[in-house]
Amino acid sequence: MEKEITVTLNGVAKTVTVEPRLLLVHLIRENLNQTGTHIGCDTSHCGACTVLLDGKSVKSCTILAVQANGKKISTVEGLLQADGTLAAIQEAFKENHALHCGFCTPGMMMRAVELLQKNPNPTEEQIRWGISGNLCRCTGYNNIVKAVQYAGAKMRGDKLPSTEPIFV
Amino acid sequence: MIPAAFDYSAPSTLSEALALLKQHGDDAKILAGGHSLIPMMKLRFASPGHLIDINNIPGLSYIKEDGGFLKIGAMTREVMLDESDLIRSKYPIFSDATKLIADPQVRNMGTIGGNIAHGDAANDHPAVMLALRAEVSITGEKGTRNVPIDEFFFGFYSTAVKAGEILTEIKIPIPAKGSGGAYHKLERKMGDYATAGVAVQLTIDKGTCTQVGIGLTNVNATPLRASRSEGVLKGNKITDALIEQAAQFAAQDCSPSPDLRGDEEYKRAMVKVLVKRMMHKAIDRAK
Repeated sequence: MEKEITVTLNGVAKTVTVEPRLLLVHLIRENLNQTGTHIGCDTSHCGACTVLLDGKSVKSCTILAVQANGKKISTVEGLLQADGTLAAIQEAFKENHALHCGFCTPGMMMRAVELLQKNPNPTEEQIRWGISGNLCRCTGYNNIVKAVQYAGAKMRGDKLPSTEPIFV
Repeated sequence: MIPAAFDYSAPSTLSEALALLKQHGDDAKILAGGHSLIPMMKLRFASPGHLIDINNIPGLSYIKEDGGFLKIGAMTREVMLDESDLIRSKYPIFSDATKLIADPQVRNMGTIGGNIAHGDAANDHPAVMLALRAEVSITGEKGTRNVPIDEFFFGFYSTAVKAGEILTEIKIPIPAKGSGGAYHKLERKMGDYATAGVAVQLTIDKGTCTQVGIGLTNVNATPLRASRSEGVLKGNKITDALIEQAAQFAAQDCSPSPDLRGDEEYKRAMVKVLVKRMMHKAIDRAK
């Protein structure tokens, strides 16, 4: 029953033997010990477990580890740049008060990474649709939307928007 | 939540997948996008002994116009429909539907074939398929057969796909000039199943409605065609009074179950509202 699979997690190839029923999020957290990816609802609603699978944001609680065989997985641990500086999306979340408890943040950022790759200059509405599969129970989303706009500007090399927090 | 143990194969050709299906019989399930099946397995509502993952089979994912049909490969993911220029420019009814199916991450995995083959009246594509009068291609060991969408849904999670067969393609007759379509579902929150959903596709020739399809989501045990509503519209000049009548018939002819999303009366009322709105939107798009 067990299968040997090889995945590339944040650039490092890993070969593991798993049961077919092992979920991708458990592979990442328990077999590969990268606990930045969170398990929230465990029912593909909340988006806390979002990772990139071959560059596409997916909910790792609803994918089998065996389905990732031969594929590249990117998690929040892979965002930090080689020289130790924060990725644009990390800096944006930090500067814009886009997190409070932080539980949704890894999934929110991984989703934002794909969103900005596809659309480097999204409108507020596009961002809200784009993160509609990620729930945050602390921030009211306003500062998350602002952070995604900030990260987009940073990645485009545009003038950075104000980081003044939005209070409503 | 962990699914019950199962064995797993990831064939690289359709014939291999069909051979595995034959070998494992009722114990096997096809894994497409997995975003209906895996949640059911995690809840232990489903415990197949063998999963046949068809994600590694090339050639099942495409969107093209060919021989008078819009052809969509069964493994075409929702995100591809969402981003397709052909769909956006010529088939906006799909864009209406895909943006309301689950959320972006789920749409990166979920497939149109899975959405239809799951046989769930709460899914969104079935109503759109009814409106568009689609055909479904089903492939088995002996070849491929085409089933009209009206003969596809048998009951709750029950479809025309028989043991040993795989849904491989969706074929939609390319609508005539002067056609338009629209879909909307009322949902409590992003990614929820429809409280009620309505798909309308029609053709208007010199003011007369020559073709019309109306499909309803999640207000019946199976995806439902609003036949009486279509009947009052087809062949006639469309007036507000006819649209009102069509909407009224759809509200009467569906069989919604009361649940967290609303009671029966509310759902019927929403069907009526949505039929009217989608009629107007489809008429606008037909211009």
